Amino acid sequence: MNPRSLSFTQTGGLWAFAPWITILVFLLPVAAGLVGTALPAFGYLPAIGGEHLSVDPWRALAAQPGVMTSVKLSVQTGLLAAVLSLVFAASFCALLQDHTIYRRLSTMVSPLLATPHVALAIGLAFVIAPSGWLLRLASPLLTGWDRPPVDLVTVRDPQGLAMVLGLVLKEVPYLILMIVSALNQVPHAALRRTGSALGYRPATAWFKLVFPLVYLQLRLPVYAVLAFSMSTVEVGLILGPGNPPPLALLAARWFADYDLQRYFPAAAAASLQGLLVLAALLGWRAGEIGVAHIGRAWCERGVRAGAVDPIARVSAGLAATALALGLIAMLGTAVWSLAQSWRFPAALPEQWTSQTWVLQLPRMAETVITTIGLALASALAGVLLAVACLEAETRRGHAPTHRVLWLVYAPLLVPQIAFLYGFQVVLVKLGLDGRWLAVAWAHLVFVLPYAFLSLADPWRALDPRYARSAAALGVTPWQVLCRVRLPMLLKPLLLAFAIGCAVSVGQYLPTLFAGAGRAATLTTEAVTLSSGADPRIMGVYALLQAGIPLLVYGAALMLPALLYRRRKGMA
Amino acid sequence: MISSIARTAFLAAALAAAAPLHAEPKILPWPDILARAKGQTVYWNAWGGDERTNAFIAWAADEVKRRYGITVQQVKLKDTAEAVTRVVAEKSAGRNAKGSVDLIWINGPNFLAMKSQGLLYGPITQSLPNYRYVDTEHKRSNLIDFTVPIDGMAAPWRLAQFVYIYDSARHKLAEMPTSAPALLAFARQHPGRVTHPTVRNFLGATFLKQALCDLLPDPSVLQQPATDATFGSVTAPLWAWYDQLRPALWRAGREFPETGPAQRQLMNDGAIDIHMAFDPAEAAVSIANQLLPPGARIFVMAKGTIGNTSFVAIPYNAAHKEAALVVADFLLEPATQARAQDPAWGGNLTVLDLAKVPAAQRALFAPKAGMAGLPTNAELGSPLLEPHPSWMTRITAEWEKRYSR
Repeated sequence: MNPRSLSFTQTGGLWAFAPWITILVFLLPVAAGLVGTALPAFGYLPAIGGEHLSVDPWRALAAQPGVMTSVKLSVQTGLLAAVLSLVFAASFCALLQDHTIYRRLSTMVSPLLATPHVALAIGLAFVIAPSGWLLRLASPLLTGWDRPPVDLVTVRDPQGLAMVLGLVLKEVPYLILMIVSALNQVPHAALRRTGSALGYRPATAWFKLVFPLVYLQLRLPVYAVLAFSMSTVEVGLILGPGNPPPLALLAARWFADYDLQRYFPAAAAASLQGLLVLAALLGWRAGEIGVAHIGRAWCERGVRAGAVDPIARVSAGLAATALALGLIAMLGTAVWSLAQSWRFPAALPEQWTSQTWVLQLPRMAETVITTIGLALASALAGVLLAVACLEAETRRGHAPTHRVLWLVYAPLLVPQIAFLYGFQVVLVKLGLDGRWLAVAWAHLVFVLPYAFLSLADPWRALDPRYARSAAALGVTPWQVLCRVRLPMLLKPLLLAFAIGCAVSVGQYLPTLFAGAGRAATLTTEAVTLSSGADPRIMGVYALLQAGIPLLVYGAALMLPALLYRRRKGMA
Repeated sequence: MISSIARTAFLAAALAAAAPLHAEPKILPWPDILARAKGQTVYWNAWGGDERTNAFIAWAADEVKRRYGITVQQVKLKDTAEAVTRVVAEKSAGRNAKGSVDLIWINGPNFLAMKSQGLLYGPITQSLPNYRYVDTEHKRSNLIDFTVPIDGMAAPWRLAQFVYIYDSARHKLAEMPTSAPALLAFARQHPGRVTHPTVRNFLGATFLKQALCDLLPDPSVLQQPATDATFGSVTAPLWAWYDQLRPALWRAGREFPETGPAQRQLMNDGAIDIHMAFDPAEAAVSIANQLLPPGARIFVMAKGTIGNTSFVAIPYNAAHKEAALVVADFLLEPATQARAQDPAWGGNLTVLDLAKVPAAQRALFAPKAGMAGLPTNAELGSPLLEPHPSWMTRITAEWEKRYSR
C-alpha cells in the first residue's frame, strides 16, 4: 500500500462521520417528534398534567363532530391529487419528445417549482373563486351576472376539489421534472423507436416501454406527493373546506387552541394522520402491484389500437392547462397587488396603484429579512451536509444502497403534523423553542433531502478521472475537493442551493411549530392573511414569496455563466 | 383584544380562587401626581394585532411626552393574558413593587381575573380629572364589563359595538332587518346572500349572542353564568331560529367565512348583502380603504346591539403608577377621544357623554365632511351588555356539535 492511498483511507475515516452527523441532524427531529407526538396522543404529557397513559385523547377525537368527514377528506384529496398529478405529468412527458408545444411549455416548470404552495394557492383562489378573475372576465357579457352567483361553489368546497386542484398545480411540475431527470437514465429514445417500429402509436409505446422503467425511479417522489397531499395544512387552509376541515387542519387547529387540554386530542389526530398516510402508502404499493399485473397483460396482448393515445393527449392537455393556470394564478396575485379598486365584475382593476407596495414593503422588511436569512442559512447548511455525505461516499468508493435513499426521503414521507409538535416539545426541553436556530433547523430537515437529491446525480456522474489526474499531480484529497470537484460542480451546487432556498421559503408548519408562533416569515404571514385580509396585501405577500426563490434560481443559473464565461462546457 | 377574551377564559377560572383585595391605596392630589409622573416611563402592555391601534398608541406616546415629560413604551402583546400571567408570576415571586407592567389594555375575563385576585391598583377612576366626562348613564359597559362591575378599578378608553353593514346602493335602510325574525325573513328573501363568520371566531359567536339577546323576552338571564340547567332552555329559541336561518345562508350554511375581514371581502365583491363588525367605523374606514363599496352603511337592531368597553388598568405592583394615571387621564381627554373617534385615525367610539363635554370641544366630535358611512352615536342606540363569558363558550361548543358534519 503506497502512502498516498493510506492518506486517502485516513481522511476517509474522518469523512465517514459525515453521513452519521447528517442523519442525526435531520432524522432526529423526525424520530423524536413522532414519539413526542404519540405520547400525548395517549395522554402522556406531564408538563400540562398528563401523567398517565390513557386512550381518552382518542375518545375525544372520535367524539369530535364531523371527524369521519375529516378523515375521508384527507384520504380523498390526497389520493386524488397524487393520481391526477402522476397521470397528467406522465402523459405530458409521453408527448414531450414529439410535440414542440409541450417542449415549450416545459420551460414553465422551473418557475412553478420555485413558487411556494401557499403563493400558488392564494393565486388560484383569486382566479377560480365565484368572484374570481375567470368569472370577472366572463361577466356580465357571457354569464349575465353582475354579482357573484349564489350557487356556484369553486373554493373551499365540501369535497375538497379546489384543494386537489391547488395541489395538482404544484405537483405536476414537480413530477414532470422528476420524470425528465429519470428519462436521462433510461434509453428512452431507443425504446420509443422500437415501439413505433413494432407499430405502436407514440404515447402507447411510451407507456408500454418507457414508463415502467421510469416509474422505478419515480416511486419515492410519488410517495412524497401522496404523503404531502394527504396532510398539507397550508393548502387546506386556503382552498379546503373548514366545517369540518381535513384531518391535518383539525389537528393544527387544536394545537393552536388556548385550552392546553386540546393538545391531547390534537396529538391523537396528528398521529392518526401519520397512520393514514402509512396505510395510504401501503395501499398505493398494493395498487402498484395490481397495475403492474394488468399492465403486463396489456403489453403481452400486443393490441396496437386502443384508447391510450387519445387519453394521453387529453391528459397531457390537462397538464398543460395546469401549468398555464399556475402562471395565471401568479399573474392574478400581481394584478391584485397593483389594484386600487377591483370590484366584481370588472375584468381588470378600475384603478391601479403602487400604494400597496409602497405602504407594505417597509412594514414587511423584518419579515422579508427573516425569510431570506432562514432560507440562506438552511440552504447553505443543507448543501454543505449534502457535499460532506457525497464526498464521504466518493472517498469510500461505493454508492449507498437503496435503503439509504429511503432515509433521505423520510422527512418527506412522514406527515409534518405527525412529528412537528413532538419536535417542538424537544425544542422546549433544549430551551431552543422560538429561537431562530430552531426554525432554521426545522427548515433544514426538509431542505436537506431536496438539496441532497438534486446534487447526488451530477456528483456521481462526474468523471472520476479528473480527481485521479489531480491526485497524480500530487495534491491532497482536500485540494481535489476544493479545486477540482466543487468548481466543476458549481452549477449543480448552486442549483441545489436555490432549491434549498425555495423549500425553506415555502415552509409553513415547521416555521409555526419550531418558531413557537413567534417567527414570522412571508409564508406564515401569507397564510394568516389568507383568512380574509385585503386581497391587495395578499397579492404583495404571495408575489414576494414566489419572487425570492425565483431570484435565487435566476442567480444560480446566471452565476456559473458569468464566472466561467471563458471556460466553455462549465458555464 | 376581543378574540383574546375567549382564549383566556380558562385563566379566569384558574384564578377565581378568592383572594383578599388590597387595602384601598391613597392616591395623591392630581398636581402631585403630575409632578411625580414627570420623567417616568410607562410600559403599556397592549395587544399589538391592530395596526390602527398601534399607530394611535404611538401618537398618544408623542403627546404625553411633549406635555407631561412621560415616555410611553408599548409592549405589544399577542394575547393580553401574557400581561396577566406576568403580574401573577411577579406576585408569587414576592415582587410587590416595581413590577414590569405599568398599564394594561384589558377587558373581559382578563379583567375579571386581575380584579378578583386583587392584582389591580385602585380604585383609580375618581382621581382622574377627565373621568367626569365619561358616560356612566347610557354606556353601561363603562361600568360593567362582561357582567363584572368595574368598581373604579379600570379606566374606560374606547367603545366597541356590534354593527351590521349593508350596501345602500343595493338596499334601502328601511329594507334592512332590525330584529332576529326580520333577519330570517330577509335571508329567505335573498337566499345565499346572508352569512356570518364561523362561530369559532369571536365575531361569529357574537352574531349568535346578539340573536339570542334579541330572541329572549328578557335577556337579563344572560347576565348570570350559564349552567347545565339553564343553557338548554334559554338557548332553545336561538337554535330553533338558526335551524330555519341556516338553509337560507350563503353556501346553504355549510361553509362560513373564517373571519370578519373574510366576510368583508365577500361583501366588497357583492357576493353577500350583509356584513358585520365589532367596530362602528368599519364601513367608513373600509370605504376609505376601498375594502367596501362606497354605499356601505351601518344598521343596528331595534333592541340594540352588544357593546363593550376597552379599559386600561394599573397592576397593584406597577413601578410607575403616577405616570400610568396620567396616561389613563390623557386617554379620556375630549381632544384625545375625538382623535380616536376620527375614522382617519382609529374610528373608535368615544366613552364620553358628549352632553357633559364643554361645547368648544364637543365640536371636535362632529362627523367630518366627506367621510361616508360613519354612524352618529344616536344611530347606534344604546349598546346591550355583554352576556357572562360562559354563554359564549357554551354556544360555540353547541354550534359545533349541531352543525359540524
